Amino acid sequence: MSSANPETPRPPAGRAGMKKELPERFRDYRHVWVFIELERGQVHPVSFELLGEGRKLADKLGVQLAGAVLGPPGEATQNAVAEAFAYGADLVYLVEAPLLADYRNEPFAKAMTDLVDTYKPEILLLGATTLGRDLAGSVATTLLTGLTADCTELDVDADGSLAATRPTFGGSLLCTIYTLNYRPQMATVRPRVMPMPQRADRAIGRVIAHKLSLAEDEIVTKVLGFLPDSQSGTANLAYADVVVAGGLGLGGAENLQLVKSLARAIGAEFGCSRPLVQKGWMPADRQIGQTGKTIRPKLYIAAGISGAIQHRVGVEGADLIVAINTDPNAPIFDFAHLGIVTDAVRFLPALIEAFTRRLSPHSRDKLAS
Amino acid sequence: MHIVVSIKQVPDSAQIRVHPVTNTIMRQGVPTIINPYDLFALEEALRLRDAYGGEVTVLTMGPPMAEDCLRKALGYGADRAVLLTDRYFAGSDTLATSFALSQAIAKIGEMFGPPDVVFTGKQTIDGDTAQVGPGIAKRLDLFQLTYVAKIASIDLAAREITVERRCEGGTQKLKSRLPCLITMLEGTNEMRRGSIEDALCAARSRIVKWSAAEAGIEDLTKCGLRGSPTVVKRVFAPTPRSQKAVQIDTAEKTLRDLADELIGAIFTRQPALEPELAFEAA
Repeated sequence: MSSANPETPRPPAGRAGMKKELPERFRDYRHVWVFIELERGQVHPVSFELLGEGRKLADKLGVQLAGAVLGPPGEATQNAVAEAFAYGADLVYLVEAPLLADYRNEPFAKAMTDLVDTYKPEILLLGATTLGRDLAGSVATTLLTGLTADCTELDVDADGSLAATRPTFGGSLLCTIYTLNYRPQMATVRPRVMPMPQRADRAIGRVIAHKLSLAEDEIVTKVLGFLPDSQSGTANLAYADVVVAGGLGLGGAENLQLVKSLARAIGAEFGCSRPLVQKGWMPADRQIGQTGKTIRPKLYIAAGISGAIQHRVGVEGADLIVAINTDPNAPIFDFAHLGIVTDAVRFLPALIEAFTRRLSPHSRDKLAS
Repeated sequence: MHIVVSIKQVPDSAQIRVHPVTNTIMRQGVPTIINPYDLFALEEALRLRDAYGGEVTVLTMGPPMAEDCLRKALGYGADRAVLLTDRYFAGSDTLATSFALSQAIAKIGEMFGPPDVVFTGKQTIDGDTAQVGPGIAKRLDLFQLTYVAKIASIDLAAREITVERRCEGGTQKLKSRLPCLITMLEGTNEMRRGSIEDALCAARSRIVKWSAAEAGIEDLTKCGLRGSPTVVKRVFAPTPRSQKAVQIDTAEKTLRDLADELIGAIFTRQPALEPELAFEAA
């Protein structure tokens, strides 16, 4: 293809990254960092999940776990610092500036790269949220280091390298990725993929404040407004205790009403598998699976969902998976805990009725006595 | 205005199968498509061109057969297509990919005019990283606008753009400046059917093909495997759960009895759930 080049091109060089020798300039990169995602006064729970994961990595490496808090001066940011300690951080790097009030790529990317360049972490973890992905991509490019997206497992191997495992090829296989010769080793993890660690009230430890060398008039992008989602449910889906979802086995969009009714009867959130979003039966933010929401409920009821691998990786963290499907060989029965081979469209009305009966105040009195 | 859309040819993931013994992807016979997320970027680019005038250049990096997806994009109405193809790009991770693409976009800018907007899809369906768009923005120093749901307005004279972007828990309205990079959210528009003229034009058009050298890339150590800080060490199949689902026997039972039995089995396994559900339902 490079016929314009008269010389015979040399064959591309081998996998340079396989060389184990870490360049001199990266030798003093130490400790594990978690980016604490603070938006509109709230810390995103994925940051706590990452602190739990980061704690394990730091302990294995024998290094410290730090939270990186970026936010406007005030109570919310101070609270984020306290929460970072409560969820296991040994220290916190803090950048406080009014221009970090609402997320914008420019000031956040600048603050984060400055922090990394100054304090040199070996591992940097971020949530794979819209904010985390927007930020991680530009920070990794500025630092010219490796970034592994949407990891489902993080570990440290014998020589101290971060082994980041993620689904590949639409979730049909997993791969383990290393960033051997560059620092920091960066990874993002989607909300709910890692378990929520125990919170413990702890004193605020060492806080290292860093000044952001950027003024508002140097930032081009301005936030004109924010419109919160009207349906609060979609935001809660990932963190719901009970979830009901429907798949193609429901036959038609009108039967999704059964899924919603069951959800209402037991106080659950509802969602669907990927094909339903592609057919336009449900909005994309209700999709459960690798490219949608990852859920970790106490109870997950899947009605008419066959259980493709990309769906499986999004629901495997559920405590109890109940599958309703007409096909006894559907892959969902390979990872569900309870199965029932029947037509969900016929069965769901009976299930709704039975739940309502069982959970009615009258039967609750019986339960109490 | 000049708009560049970076697209990717991907295998149709719905049809990917994994070899049961060797755990390798069976690519043979799997049809390729334009990454579905990229179609929203391409359609938005075509709409901007139709509204403001100018040209849309589509760009892809890939093997020679990636020409197919460029022809398809021309069929939808893109004005020009550039294929970046060279074995030096083999094995690129997202950092090396964003390097090569940004160099090609710079070259496109030199030859056909600097772009006002560069579009990419939100992510690809084969890599799912969402990293290449931000990577291109950073390397070309473009203002980065990701997960854009709507382009509210563009003022070409003032070089200003206002967009609505999806963020956690809501929509952010942002004002920024051209040139910018936009990653387009899915479901925000519907790809047009290309006109007959576009189809004829697509069949006739010559696709610009560049090697690394022709795209002006001098530093080959930043390309392909050598330019990729990440290394894939292991590819494996997920371990199957040792136990299959416990099946509730459906033989000769009414739906009502079945439902009661299933609920009983749920609460036997998760006793703490019953009072919680009763509380929620109340």
